[in-house]
Amino acid sequence: MPRSLRHLLLAVLPVTLAASLLPAVYSNQLLLFNFVVFLTLAQGVNVIYGFTGYLPFGYVGFFGAGAYGFSLCVIHLHAAPPLALAAGSLAAILLGLLLTPLLRLSGAYFAIANLAASLALYQVISNPNLTDITKGPYGITLSGVYQPALSYGTAVAIMTATLALTVFLRNSNFGLSLQAIREDAVSAAMAGIDVVRARTTAWLLSALIAGLIGADFAWYVSVFYPDTVFSPEFSIFAIVFALFGGVATVSGPVLGVLLLYGIYNVIGISTPQYFQLIYGLLIMLLVLFLPNGVVSLMRKRGIDVP
Amino acid sequence: MSPEPAPLLRVAGLVKRFGAFRALDGVSFHVQPGEILGLVGPNGSGKTTCINVVTGLYAPDGGEVLFEGAPIGGLASHRIVHRGINRTFQVPKPFLTLTVRENVVVAANHARRDGAAVGVDEVLASLGLEAHAAKPAAELNSVQQKMLDLARALATRPRLLCVDELAAGLNPGELDRIAERLRALARSGMALLVVEHLMGFIDQVTDRVIVLNSGKEIFEGTLAAAVQDKRVVEVFLGADDGS
Repeated sequence: MPRSLRHLLLAVLPVTLAASLLPAVYSNQLLLFNFVVFLTLAQGVNVIYGFTGYLPFGYVGFFGAGAYGFSLCVIHLHAAPPLALAAGSLAAILLGLLLTPLLRLSGAYFAIANLAASLALYQVISNPNLTDITKGPYGITLSGVYQPALSYGTAVAIMTATLALTVFLRNSNFGLSLQAIREDAVSAAMAGIDVVRARTTAWLLSALIAGLIGADFAWYVSVFYPDTVFSPEFSIFAIVFALFGGVATVSGPVLGVLLLYGIYNVIGISTPQYFQLIYGLLIMLLVLFLPNGVVSLMRKRGIDVP
Repeated sequence: MSPEPAPLLRVAGLVKRFGAFRALDGVSFHVQPGEILGLVGPNGSGKTTCINVVTGLYAPDGGEVLFEGAPIGGLASHRIVHRGINRTFQVPKPFLTLTVRENVVVAANHARRDGAAVGVDEVLASLGLEAHAAKPAAELNSVQQKMLDLARALATRPRLLCVDELAAGLNPGELDRIAERLRALARSGMALLVVEHLMGFIDQVTDRVIVLNSGKEIFEGTLAAAVQDKRVVEVFLGADDGS
């Protein structure tokens, strides 16, 4: 069996099946939806950080751009949700294109510049003077297109496509080129890789992923404020989940979301002080002893982790 | 006079400035296919800068770099690699978390499209890396990492290979083996530009040397003639104050 097919069967199929079937037996669909959102965002971070080496601290900017692209298209153009989803992805890709010069930076400088860009976008959208266009700080209401079942199913489809993309990156020449760029951009150029084009492609793919799931988030919740979809928690959670599981794999970010977001939902809501304590300790231990994530435990033993 | 074959690489009046400092100040030389040209000179004379301009890491500030007759000065590195030039680095720069084999596969994937594909396993075997193919490159020692740098360069099937201080840190047995490898590559028609401090190694592999000082070439000819040249001796040993 080809390695990519094995990865699809082991790491993608179970997640997609679980996300599709659980709503039938578990009533808290919003919680399941949030899992799907974070499974998608963590893979989006994986594409640009795990494979390409850029830590996107302002990753939520693409999520917010997608949510607002969707909403404004519905509000001003009365578009149907599929068209509005396309508008949301387009908004995220345009933001990605606008920010491509940031890829000249590296390490912490890129992370900080990206964070600043997402904050700037948040300030523009929530500006009261733009209320006629963006509804400013008063938020969005999309009761006309509220379709929880359909938008949940769309989220599962977006997640599945994103997971499949990571399987492709894990098993393709393009994914190998991205990892070479992550390790050493100069050597990658001397290996004949068009570094600028490859990393821009990864960046825009990563933007598209967050934009799509952000647009779908707007559709699913249908009532939200700018600080909901531009909350830095989205970036931080997605990054921590991806790092915890282990980037540049398919299963790492999935495990990260299931374990950490699971813990968050068990104890984070009821006893937030314990959650913060455990979360903080967990992240410290991880950075100290497992910098390559949980899956590195298996990879060290020579197991081919999807 | 017998007509010289057209040079593979012709560098004419090359200038590279860093601020007010002229790292290259009008360097000119050429390399023929199958020839090994040594680039020698004291530290800071512009040898590595020269390779960096030829391989597209820096854009030249003046002068010409012609490869197979076409100007390549200022082209992006990957385009220069696709034309048929590659290099090794003074401090090897492998992709550390990738396996040794993947390091070479990446380059083979982006090799020149014309002609036969390069065999990744053959390249690894020719440089004594076949036993380490499945290891991450980070686990190699520094000599092996140098060989991996060379393997990555060869996987793109270059017509011109620039070798930057490959010999430093090698033991005598390894030196002989790598010298023989480089000579074999030249016999196959590849041109080599070799930057090196070890004069024994230069003597062993090169057909001809260029001596650089302060960004200018001050001598061109065989190494045996170079050591007789008054200016070369002055640059390497200092002027005789008594005369």
